[in-house]
Amino acid sequence: MQGLHPMGGELPLERPLVLGGRTFSSRLLVGTGKYASHQEMKDVLALSGTQLVTVAIRRVNFDAQLGTSILDHLDRERYALLPNTAGCYTARDAVRTAMLARDLLQTDLVKLEVLGDPRTLLPDPVGTLEATAELARAGFQVLAYTSDDPRLAVRLVEAGAHSVMPAGSPIGSGRGLANPSNLRILRELVSVPMVVDAGIGTASHVAQAMELGADAVLLNSAIAGALDPRRMAKAMAAACEAGRDAYLAGRIPERLYANASSPEEGLIEEAGPAPEQRPQ
Amino acid sequence: MEILVNGRAEQVEPGTNLAQWIAGKGLHPQQVAIEVNQALVPRDQREQVVLQPGDRVEMVSLVGGG
Repeated sequence: MQGLHPMGGELPLERPLVLGGRTFSSRLLVGTGKYASHQEMKDVLALSGTQLVTVAIRRVNFDAQLGTSILDHLDRERYALLPNTAGCYTARDAVRTAMLARDLLQTDLVKLEVLGDPRTLLPDPVGTLEATAELARAGFQVLAYTSDDPRLAVRLVEAGAHSVMPAGSPIGSGRGLANPSNLRILRELVSVPMVVDAGIGTASHVAQAMELGADAVLLNSAIAGALDPRRMAKAMAAACEAGRDAYLAGRIPERLYANASSPEEGLIEEAGPAPEQRPQ
Repeated sequence: MEILVNGRAEQVEPGTNLAQWIAGKGLHPQQVAIEVNQALVPRDQREQVVLQPGDRVEMVSLVGGG
């Protein structure tokens, strides 16, 4: 059956997910925000199978009870931590936040967010590019949160990004992959890991991202905001594996017309299409 | 003397270095990071930095986030 596989019969390359020199067998990155309790967060992380979790940097709140850090609830043997610069709207603020994160966690990994405006939370492309270059020069392994624009992803890699994290759709919107074609093109244009980040609403979105070749998916709200976060964490883990396997298996191409899976020959007398419907 | 900590005025004894100041707050030194006047003070240099009147200090820690 010639032409069954979109890549001329060649299976996609199976390469491990390596970020910051560490190899991850789970391709699901999970955020630590918005859970009802530390216990719920711990359960969700365990059920999701994640090995890399995001955390945010904020001022110490002297009014709240001191001495209760989220670090006390995260097993760092089990989970690598990926600090973000969420909430920063300029390259300078993001760089300062990244510097603080590196000192706090003693890790070079950073999920860079330079946002454009608070309503869309879409990344600011110019600020993101500037901050990526500056942080890469300072020795960071930058995972750059970006739009699904393929050219911008190429420019981020040229500026030193260790990984690009295109948004599926706006953060917390739950709309899934707004432009899957762009993500497929982006995947082909960059060789660094592509982590689809933001906009995930449910398991099929994760599967779709993995099927089109994402190296990993990062999500938070889709689990934390579900009515049953623990069950959703399981669903996301299964979808991530299913999508990855489907990608590696090399799916059949789409076609406009049907293609019977049962033999068209050997039918009993008078069965099958009318003579005028039969192919010539 | 007065310094500004996370945007709030605070009194400290003159001559206090950052390491002493953090310890005095009952914070775990490895669970915070510090900027003085918008420049990071790395963890291993806190003892060398003595707080000055009017210093603007940012003290951060980790919270949940995506």
